Amino acid sequence: MASRFDIRRQTGFATIAMICFFALYLPIITLVVYAFNAGSSIAIWEGVSLRWFYQAWNNNQVVDASIRSLQISSVAAIVSTIVATMAALATTRTKPYPGLGFKYAFINQPLMVPEIVTAVALLIFFSRIKIWTGYSGLGYLMVAHTAFCIPFAYLPIRARLENMDLSLEIAAADLYATPWKAFRRVTFPLLWPGILAGLMLAFVISLDDVVITEFVKSGGQDTLPTYMLGQFRRVITPEINAISTVFLLISILIVTVFFFISRKKDQE
Amino acid sequence: MASAEEVAEQAERREIRGRWLLSAPALIIILLAATGPLLIVVIYSFLTPGPYGDVVWKFSTDGWLSVVMQRDIFDDTLAFADAHLSIFWRSAKLSFLTTIFTLLFGFPTAYFIATRPARQRDIWLFLITIPFWTNLLIRTFAIQEVIRNEGIVNTVLIKLGIISQPIQMMFTDFALMVGMTYVYLPLMVLPLYASMEKIDFRLVEAGYDLYANRFQVLRRVIIPLVKPGIVAGSILVFIPALGAYVTPRVLGGTKNMMLGNLIELQFGQGRNWPLGSALSISLMAIVMVALLFYVRSAGRQGGTHG
Repeated sequence: MASRFDIRRQTGFATIAMICFFALYLPIITLVVYAFNAGSSIAIWEGVSLRWFYQAWNNNQVVDASIRSLQISSVAAIVSTIVATMAALATTRTKPYPGLGFKYAFINQPLMVPEIVTAVALLIFFSRIKIWTGYSGLGYLMVAHTAFCIPFAYLPIRARLENMDLSLEIAAADLYATPWKAFRRVTFPLLWPGILAGLMLAFVISLDDVVITEFVKSGGQDTLPTYMLGQFRRVITPEINAISTVFLLISILIVTVFFFISRKKDQE
Repeated sequence: MASAEEVAEQAERREIRGRWLLSAPALIIILLAATGPLLIVVIYSFLTPGPYGDVVWKFSTDGWLSVVMQRDIFDDTLAFADAHLSIFWRSAKLSFLTTIFTLLFGFPTAYFIATRPARQRDIWLFLITIPFWTNLLIRTFAIQEVIRNEGIVNTVLIKLGIISQPIQMMFTDFALMVGMTYVYLPLMVLPLYASMEKIDFRLVEAGYDLYANRFQVLRRVIIPLVKPGIVAGSILVFIPALGAYVTPRVLGGTKNMMLGNLIELQFGQGRNWPLGSALSISLMAIVMVALLFYVRSAGRQGGTHG
């Protein structure tokens, strides 16, 4: 009987949901399929080929932009995760103290301002500094990425910490462990999944960034996303599809690992 | 000799200082590369544009004035800046419509996921999470390939003989709306799902026991229960949509600018940094109002439901 009158059922909802999933994936799948097109159109199919992957691989601009992306995102992810871990340790498992609310608001501030506004602000600020110091390397992009990655790294680490009670650390301290030793031997191993989740989140967020990078970069500092944005104005060949496909694959891989880490955390 | 109380107080003060030191690097980086520069934007909005971009350090309110007004180049009279106002209006309209459409599609989708058996739920959720974390640019590009003149939709329709000429969808407000609904849909589904997951279905059962039909149960029981999710999802979609830059740049033409593109223009060809700064702060102000509205409404929800 349950099947005849399921109280949870709402007429048409399952159909709309299926339409949504279909609509979400159809463009992505199309994009991936045409990356393998032998012809140079992104709409007319002319057989399977890997030529666009080869072409992208041999395109120096693409390779350079990819390396630059990886450099910036690695630095941003690692630095933001380290400082976010410290900040999370400082803002959890404590009774409220003056400035705690301020810290929360401050750490989450990059999430609350539209990206384009932050981008413009950094363009203004860094252009001044470029004039003063004469330095125009990748450092600006690394600092900018680190800043907006901090809240993303902070969230999973803080969530993990809030579920850990202090008793083990207190026990370690009772056994004459120094604070550093207690952190390294007790807190860190327990916190590790949260830190890893934060690191991956920060990496993906940094790797995906278009707007802030587009405004902060100096000439010849294209990352993979800004390079692609520049290409859209030209005649588009499946080379862009091939690059997107590889990019997509990396993102999916990271997200999958992240998803399973956070699932595991819930089950514990 | 310090009393025990003093010692405890000292220890506490030391702990708080330690906590400040520990969070200092994060706070400094954000101050340096996020919050601080925002304050500089405020200053820049009151300066005079330089001849090749940047600014001249001379106080001026022209930046703010030209957000809504424009000076006639011939007789110096002031008139409303129709171009800017229409871009403000388009941004607001498109963001609002995007929010409505993501809600219309996202609500049933989230509900569908939330009412699956626990094991299946993870898979469906995962399918929403993937686009959520996939590069926005790639997703915009993917939807572009579908709707452009030589894209899938037009090619299929022409092959089937339904139309002879491709329907022009790119570079229209319609393209922007489709594109933004597509890229922001996961942002709506996830918070909706989070609040639907917690629905106590005994309340729904009680509704049916009181002779409510499915629609009445939806309207009077389910929707009020998930209202926090609806508000959160709407805010999460509306705010990035209002400041959207990538989607309108790729899918819209120069005639379909949104606020984000208007701001960029002032820092590029427009060479009017003060105006660009004033526009940025205006955008931020609108976002802050929306967030305030959200915080207040979330606070009220928390109050009534304990």
